[in-house]
Amino acid sequence: MDGIHDLGGKHGHGEVDYEAPGTVFHARWEATVFAMVNAGARAGAWNNFDRFRHAVERIDPVAYLVHGYYGRWLGGLETLLVEAGLITTAEIEQRLARVSQPRPSGHNERVAARPKARPDPMGPPPQMAGSQRGMANPPKFKVGDRVATATEVLGGHTRLPAYARGKAGVIAAVHGGWVYPDDNAHGRGENPCYLYTVTFEGVELWPGGDPLMTVSLDLFEPYLNHVAWPANDAQDAQELK
Amino acid sequence: MSKSHDHPENLPQALRAEALETLLIEKGLLVASAVDAVITRYSERVGPMNGARIVARAWVDPEFRQWLLEDGTAAIDQFDLEGGQVEKLVVVANSAQIHNVVVCTLCSCYPWAILGLPPTWYKDPAYRSRIVREPRTVLHEMGLELESGMQIRVWDSSAEVRYMVLPEQPLDSAGMTEAELAERVSRDAMIGVVR
Repeated sequence: MDGIHDLGGKHGHGEVDYEAPGTVFHARWEATVFAMVNAGARAGAWNNFDRFRHAVERIDPVAYLVHGYYGRWLGGLETLLVEAGLITTAEIEQRLARVSQPRPSGHNERVAARPKARPDPMGPPPQMAGSQRGMANPPKFKVGDRVATATEVLGGHTRLPAYARGKAGVIAAVHGGWVYPDDNAHGRGENPCYLYTVTFEGVELWPGGDPLMTVSLDLFEPYLNHVAWPANDAQDAQELK
Repeated sequence: MSKSHDHPENLPQALRAEALETLLIEKGLLVASAVDAVITRYSERVGPMNGARIVARAWVDPEFRQWLLEDGTAAIDQFDLEGGQVEKLVVVANSAQIHNVVVCTLCSCYPWAILGLPPTWYKDPAYRSRIVREPRTVLHEMGLELESGMQIRVWDSSAEVRYMVLPEQPLDSAGMTEAELAERVSRDAMIGVVR
């Protein structure tokens, strides 16, 4: 999905607004969202991270950019709770109107999140099963192979970012079988496939790219095809192997 | 990307969170004190201090270092970590010629069990959009000057593999104990935005 979330290489987002380590949650509501995402998993609103990530990708694109990480999580969670039938949009909007009413002074003096040593009364969230799977077939590629990435993706969830489509790179690692997010996010089954680390030269990815940089991505086998080495690189490739 | 400095408790998303929180409590799907448990867990038990212990061990123990670089997932098993998000760990080592830096351009994947929850800037559009395209400039802006011939390897966490940078041991730390060394390891060095 060519959504707002696919940010790699995009221009116009300014300088990094750096903050030194120390603050985990900037406000209590951020931790509340975290706890509610766990609660949503317990209640069955979502059961794998691919589905959760895709719900976040589908929130309003303006909200995606301005509401921050936990604001994005909240938007994704609302979608999943509504889609699971656990809550309705009308309930959320009515409650939002109520909590948005001016309140007597002192009532809404919420403090920034501070730890209070207390065990989670609901216990840990249900364990996600993990995403590694055994494979019956051998991998299509081996370390050192040159591959080209798909040029187009379908409309749903994918982990092939736009900036790495239609590019040639080299297999740097073979990670075995993993659940395929492009299907799993949509309930089409796990359809595990091989996962590879693919390394791209900066000059392949970007016009005028830094010749001393590489970017490595973890890409699923369906995104990849064999491609021949350019003639002048063929000898280097042989030496690499 | 919120550049405004509104009080974080007064943002529209804070009110939305409150609305949903009260609804989920009424429906019996959430206990209010679960929020405190989350804060405690990620403030006190799950954080970059865990990654720092792993790095310090690698600095004092060459065999562990080699194991960590070859099979990070197995090597960190002994550290008794909690916190999720590290089904497979790949550790990449900095050297005099190579600098590594980690990002997730599509969302904000991060090795929680080792580094805790990611900093805000790691999750913001500016870092995610630029570090894969102009890493040298971004690192410069963040205060890291790399020698002109330094190779930069960017790791975009696009699946469930998680990445941690193994920084070089500071020259002035020779002879320190493992515990003292762990105090010297910063979160940012393990992401790769400082050395």
